[in-house]
Amino acid sequence: MSTKDIIDTLAGIEPGSALDTIRARRLQARENAQKSYLSLFEPIDAGEFSLAERAAVAAFVTGLHGESPVAAFYREKLAANADGAALIEAITAEIERGKTSGPYGAFPAGPLSIENKAGLIYRVSAERKAVLGARLVAAFEHAHLLVFRPRDAASSDMKALLAAGWSNTGIVTFSQLVAFLSFQLRVVSGLRTLAATNA
Amino acid sequence: MSATVNPPVVFTQDELGWVSWIDPLPEVELTERHFNGLVDRARAKSEYFRLLVRDPEVLEARTKTDKDIFYNVADGLPRAERELAAAATSRYNGCIYCASVHARFASTYSKRRDDVQRMLDEGVGADLGERWNAVVKASVALAATPIAFGPDNIAELRRAGLDDAEIVDVINGASFFNWANRLMLSLGEPSK
Repeated sequence: MSTKDIIDTLAGIEPGSALDTIRARRLQARENAQKSYLSLFEPIDAGEFSLAERAAVAAFVTGLHGESPVAAFYREKLAANADGAALIEAITAEIERGKTSGPYGAFPAGPLSIENKAGLIYRVSAERKAVLGARLVAAFEHAHLLVFRPRDAASSDMKALLAAGWSNTGIVTFSQLVAFLSFQLRVVSGLRTLAATNA
Repeated sequence: MSATVNPPVVFTQDELGWVSWIDPLPEVELTERHFNGLVDRARAKSEYFRLLVRDPEVLEARTKTDKDIFYNVADGLPRAERELAAAATSRYNGCIYCASVHARFASTYSKRRDDVQRMLDEGVGADLGERWNAVVKASVALAATPIAFGPDNIAELRRAGLDDAEIVDVINGASFFNWANRLMLSLGEPSK
């Protein structure tokens, strides 16, 4: 029987349940999914990417996936952050503006071009740029690309983040955070679905 | 730097390189903290890992999650089908680099190179037989945003003979590649 970790909490897995037993067979994966979460949200050094920014990006990214226990969890994390709480209204409005269906985007020009799929190129609304600030505006626009159209990514997107004040190391941690949430959301959704079929 | 990049324009099982768009750490600047993050010291030779090691704690946890999901075959889903889930996810999201690595692994472990290539050529709708179709379909449903994975996917995987532990391996393998694809696609590009 294991102590509940964040995935258990979000997926509603109880110690001693069938899914707890299955997860225990991949102990290293279980422990390191937890360590990934902790190193992103309780880092040793948040100098390049503040805790408020992490909470804001997480609330935005999980919200873009639709309402879920994961989205609620990260919204609460943002609300609990002294600098983050003031952003909730703006982020909720931006989530609504950014919601769409993915993955879409373009392939490198060639035989795959017939699979290109057009979709929303999200930009933060002018009225909310001031409250979010230049760093988060750039982060949200890039996070939306990562969530819905990762194959559109180009070197110019890195330049946009650098120009908005993100460092190389900050970009790495920010990209890891968005990509990790893409993983965590899916594991939680998958395990919840599996548990429900056995209920 | 960009003068030497020769990006592939189709999905392939060939070995590809990968070139970073921002600055990896120089090898000479790596400390013990970084080597712990790399997990395998040999990864210091890779531009991709020397970039990710800018956040060593996240990289270490990510690497160990990855290795257990794919390499721990003590029980559960055969390695070939975990790699198939990774390759299908990458094909659907559009990560040519990730697809090349994991299609190659899927071919090696399954001995079904032609079927794997068909998925790369035709896309995730290619007919690969009941069991592989169920794994591919589940992976694609998980990769969609909003997530489209549902009870029908579970039922299909069960009909194809997977038990719950094996289904969890599909969920983990496919979900992990939604992490990997986004890093590989956005921090740099593949090169032939």
